[in-house]
Amino acid sequence: MSTTTESAPTPQPTSRPLWRRLIGFNLLTAVLLGVAGYYIGWLIGHHFGGGHSYKYESEADENDVALLLGYLGGVVGFLIGLGFANYPISRLLGRPASLREKEEEGIGRYFGLCTDHKVVGIQYLVGIGVFFFVGGLNAMLIRTELLHDTPTVVGPNQYLTLVGVHGSMMMGMMTSGILGPFANYFVPIMIGARRMAFPRIEALTFWLLMAAGFILMSTIFFGGFPTGWTGYEPLNDQAVMGMDSYIIFFALVGISMCLLGLNMLVTIITMRAPGMTWGRLPIFVWSVFATAVLMVLAAPTLIGTLAMSALDRTINTSFYVPGGGGSSYLFQNLFWFFGHPEVYILALPGFGIVLELLPVFTRKPLWGYRLAVSGMLGVSLMSFFVWQHHLFVSGINADLRPFYMLSTEIISIPTGFIFMCFMGTLWKARITFAVPMLFCLAWAFNFLIGGISGVALSDVPTDTQLHGSFFVMAHFHYTIMGGLIFSFFAAIYYWVPKMFGLRFNERLAKTHFWLMFLAFNSTFLPLFALGIKGMPRRVSSYAENLVGLNTWVSISAFVLGFSMLIFLFNVVYSLIFVRKPAEADPWHSKSIEWHLPTPVPVQNFDQIPVFDSDPYDYGTPLPIGAAASSPAGA
Amino acid sequence: MSAPKQTEMSEPNHARRFTILWLVACLIGVPIVIWVIGPELGPGTGTDQAAGQSTDATVLSAVATPVFLLVVVYLVYAVIFFRQPSDGALEGPAVRGDAKIQTTWIAVTSAIVLAVAIFGTVRLEGASGAGSGSGPNPLTVPSGPRLPVQVIAQQWAFTYRYPTYGGVETPHLVLPVNTTIELNVTSLDVIHSFWAYQLGVKADANPGVNNVAFVKPTRIMGFEVRCAELCGIWHGAMFDPHGKVVSVPAFKAWITAARVAYAPATAVLPPYSKTYLPEPTRRGG
Repeated sequence: MSTTTESAPTPQPTSRPLWRRLIGFNLLTAVLLGVAGYYIGWLIGHHFGGGHSYKYESEADENDVALLLGYLGGVVGFLIGLGFANYPISRLLGRPASLREKEEEGIGRYFGLCTDHKVVGIQYLVGIGVFFFVGGLNAMLIRTELLHDTPTVVGPNQYLTLVGVHGSMMMGMMTSGILGPFANYFVPIMIGARRMAFPRIEALTFWLLMAAGFILMSTIFFGGFPTGWTGYEPLNDQAVMGMDSYIIFFALVGISMCLLGLNMLVTIITMRAPGMTWGRLPIFVWSVFATAVLMVLAAPTLIGTLAMSALDRTINTSFYVPGGGGSSYLFQNLFWFFGHPEVYILALPGFGIVLELLPVFTRKPLWGYRLAVSGMLGVSLMSFFVWQHHLFVSGINADLRPFYMLSTEIISIPTGFIFMCFMGTLWKARITFAVPMLFCLAWAFNFLIGGISGVALSDVPTDTQLHGSFFVMAHFHYTIMGGLIFSFFAAIYYWVPKMFGLRFNERLAKTHFWLMFLAFNSTFLPLFALGIKGMPRRVSSYAENLVGLNTWVSISAFVLGFSMLIFLFNVVYSLIFVRKPAEADPWHSKSIEWHLPTPVPVQNFDQIPVFDSDPYDYGTPLPIGAAASSPAGA
Repeated sequence: MSAPKQTEMSEPNHARRFTILWLVACLIGVPIVIWVIGPELGPGTGTDQAAGQSTDATVLSAVATPVFLLVVVYLVYAVIFFRQPSDGALEGPAVRGDAKIQTTWIAVTSAIVLAVAIFGTVRLEGASGAGSGSGPNPLTVPSGPRLPVQVIAQQWAFTYRYPTYGGVETPHLVLPVNTTIELNVTSLDVIHSFWAYQLGVKADANPGVNNVAFVKPTRIMGFEVRCAELCGIWHGAMFDPHGKVVSVPAFKAWITAARVAYAPATAVLPPYSKTYLPEPTRRGG
């Protein structure tokens, strides 16, 4: 994917015929070995299961053991096919092992294990993008079903599977929505490093995530799953084999997330260039750091929780099954101990993107850098102390509810820091309304609504009505879609000219923004009203008097889906057909990534840079004495 | 880049203008939230719990409105007045922060948060919070006599047992007015959530757990019961619009009739218990 003719020529691989290049450790081999691994695992499971289920209450053709082992075998085969076993095996055999993989080859390196962090970033961007669209299509189908108040288009079982796949896809795959593409690509550059700390693990996180995505989609072959993305027990235990897809999917996402976070932490802590002190770290890197802490600490809980689920489903343990002495509370408690940090794993990188882009488009330094950093770290820390607000009406630890109410409301203080910095940076700014900036402004509006609506959910008496209703759904779509996805698009429009060396069609991009922003609000604002009027989440049949609002929401959702097609069209049109080269620094940014050649050389820097300031050196210094002119109404 | 110097003299006093705009927006917005939107926010006034929650929703919205307007008015103001001239490449002022403003911001947001949390805690221990599922041993129990009613959830229906009336089990919930009801919510299979919208009650139904909520209806009315926790394919169909709050004599008449009508079923029911663990279906445990 080398881009422009003017740019530095990528070293061409020794010309080999195409058929020869298809043989070797690449995606094709990986898929073949993945299929083989699946059948090996499935056969082993079948052998031990004796051709029928361990669970005598299930139907005879269900064998959870075979499916779980099949999935695991498939993943192992997939990874071996990609070449992840080469390095450890070479080392075991005492042969010299390649430290860097496929960093010099052309387009082929995007289809295999590559340790170049820039290639991994682009792999992530495309891979996650595909799954984002699959998740979005599910949402379209959900909204089609909700045009009627009784199940019509899809049956109730398929409906729940759609809801579950949509939720899991977005919550699972998009956890790396910003860290995957943009942190992998830009964090090493921003801190002046030549690579990530663990390049092979970096590639592993991506390919694990891709395997996870396909496993989640394969649930439709096994009957789907009825639990939504939360996978609550004992419904989980009761469900058909499709549930195993969910378990393996989320466990793989958890492993990927944990490794990604670890890699980011080590890179940021140990590989900063001279002069890149903690106080000069770009705010985006700080947000990645805060997110990575959450990933490393929260994801293992998820993996363990799901492992116990898998044991319950296969070898009849009873961690979560009350009939055997387990507790349905245990799963909820463990799941949300992961699940709430997870929400901030989604939100925090968005904070970073927005604050990183804001100085560029306001021509001002970031206002309140330290406040922003402490806000992010504060959110990161606090997010481990709020999880039981998901269980306010569950009856668990009812006496602790005032504590969780307080901690949940306290987390709005560090979040407020981010808004303070946002507003401070806008003060007397020189705003250019480029597309990334439009998305940043929309982020502030959306996340504000998301945050304010959260107050009603953090308060136990009002949450009594709103818990489990469409209000909650609207709330977290405002924070995640309005927060993460809007900043995701801001990052795409901002950084893709660097990553691909090509520019987007501006008119299409602006159309995409306006349509998306308006349709997003038109879709999700009425959902608050629906929730207040008593519509529960995840239902395919609902009260008749809510049909009108639901129809409005569905039509808006289709417009929102259409706005994504405009984006897709823009990608195809601008990046594949028109291929207009981007300027070297189209936004006049002072951040270091814009001062490297495009495409960025494999080693990033000829010489490791030395930093003497943070990247927000914008603006005209105030004349002495005018410094007292305060940035916000004092 | 040689940007022209900021001519501070000719700039309007943005701080003052913005503050005035914000105050005006609050003067318009807060009354609208309190008197126009507020009454629509809660589940009505049919019970002490619903009425309390409606008040809470209005209070929280009224507190949140100035914060919301602060940011929105500011964004609109900034977008209008702090733009780059279309042909310009001007730099903004190189201000990197202001300790006084930051401290004020932290202090004000902390104060709001603490006030909201204290308000919520006080209301939680009062009538508003009594409608939420509070576990088997609620910290605060309403004084006076209570009518215990058990809510039994299963896939995919709620049924109701009246232990003080011979443990009769009915398919619809009927409650006497002006009586404190103790709802004991439990489940026979997966997690459900008992949501009686107009009563202001929501309590998860967990298998093997007794989750208690209290409600005191103050008006004769009908109400709807829904399930609020995903419990399988017919989760959406766990919807019963036939709940009733009736006068005390009408309730007495109804329950007497129900005891007679359901007597054959009552005879084969398991004895009343706070929880009913499902039959063990596992080998191990």
